[in-house]
Amino acid sequence: MDNTIHTLQDFMLHTESNTYILMGVYLVCMVGFWKFLTQKDEEQD
Amino acid sequence: MSEQKNSPAQGMTDAALGFMRDDNQKFSPLTIVTGIILLVGTILTILRFTQGLGAVTNLTDTHPWGMWIGFDLMCGVALAAGGYTTSAACYLFGMKKYHSAVRPAILTAFLGYAMVVVSLLYDVGRPDRLILAYPFVVQQGTTSLLFEVGLCVLLYLTVLFLECTPIPLEWLGFRKARNIAVKLTLTLTILGVVLSTLHQSSLGALFLIAPSKLHPLWYSPYLAVFFFVSSIAAGLSMVIFEGALSHKALHHRMGKAYLEEHQPLIFGYAKAASLVLFGYFMVKVVGITAGDNWHLLPTPYGVWFLVELLGFVALPCFLFAVGSRNKDVGLIKFTAVLTVIGIVLNRLNISIIAFNWHLPLAERYIPSWMEIALSVYMVTCLILVFRFIVTRMPVFDEHPDFKEHHE
Repeated sequence: MDNTIHTLQDFMLHTESNTYILMGVYLVCMVGFWKFLTQKDEEQD
Repeated sequence: MSEQKNSPAQGMTDAALGFMRDDNQKFSPLTIVTGIILLVGTILTILRFTQGLGAVTNLTDTHPWGMWIGFDLMCGVALAAGGYTTSAACYLFGMKKYHSAVRPAILTAFLGYAMVVVSLLYDVGRPDRLILAYPFVVQQGTTSLLFEVGLCVLLYLTVLFLECTPIPLEWLGFRKARNIAVKLTLTLTILGVVLSTLHQSSLGALFLIAPSKLHPLWYSPYLAVFFFVSSIAAGLSMVIFEGALSHKALHHRMGKAYLEEHQPLIFGYAKAASLVLFGYFMVKVVGITAGDNWHLLPTPYGVWFLVELLGFVALPCFLFAVGSRNKDVGLIKFTAVLTVIGIVLNRLNISIIAFNWHLPLAERYIPSWMEIALSVYMVTCLILVFRFIVTRMPVFDEHPDFKEHHE
């Protein structure tokens, strides 16, 4: 498969696709991080 | 009831006596070091304003922005963000439990911005024009982000001054003027948040004009977002750090309310800083992805970038979370210092270390000892003014005559 970037369209598609995947991972991580951060407070309440 | 006299004349007499009391204190090693810094700084100041920039700096046409912009201005503005974050938390988001931290945070912010303006007077070639508001009256240059930054800093310094006025007014016993100033609090807080959002981000956006000069790992279309988000973490960490320092030196000056609210404040701020740093880490990663700069990470600059990102963003994020979970005050204070160092490192990376990165070392900017000495001089002056104010005026404690007014 040819991964060469020839045009701005190719570049944007490549970087934006990676960004979207990252944002998905980030949102999942955020839930876990929030749980980690507030778990003890919730237990105390 | 308080026995304290509250007339303006009595207030001024107390102030004068307080000042004289300090003059009679013994000379400690710290006092001698401070004296040497002030002496050297004063001599260098005279040299700077009589002989010009070339006499004390290594600035050139290739590197017109040096230590005073990278450290005094960029770091000063970021670290003074505790003012708007704390007042917004208390007055806009209704977190009244942080009320006792507002005055120290606002005062630090005001002095920080004052230092920024003073350092600009040292840095610009024609400081007289800055004093005469020449850039706002004669030649605005409204297409430049610098105009927006300059205007915001000017307005925000005024806002911070007005937000600070209840402190000296209570001290001097000017009840009516103090009540008017207090009524302006909400308006000033909103103005402060708006102005801070604008210029904190614009400081980052200033570098958008130099994509070929700034290393690609630090250059990003999201620079404005990076600067704004990191300033919130810097402000929160600075309030924790400054509180820890003040506790050591000024514990006897702290009122009951401040001491009672201090620990909950530390835990709340640590949690907030952890969340903000988590978001900051992610937008930085998005920045690398958007520029497709992953291949630059295994280079010397890439390793340095990872030191900043992992050591001073990801690590503090995790440590703040652990400290907040386990209610570990020591860990939170250590992490606050780590975050402050990280923000300073980030601003220095962008304005000095990764700027003009492609030039050979011989052509790179390295600050002269006199530039560094003058930066130390300005920070020392700031600490001295802060100490002078908090040891005399109601900053960490409530003025006995105005206790009923503190909400």
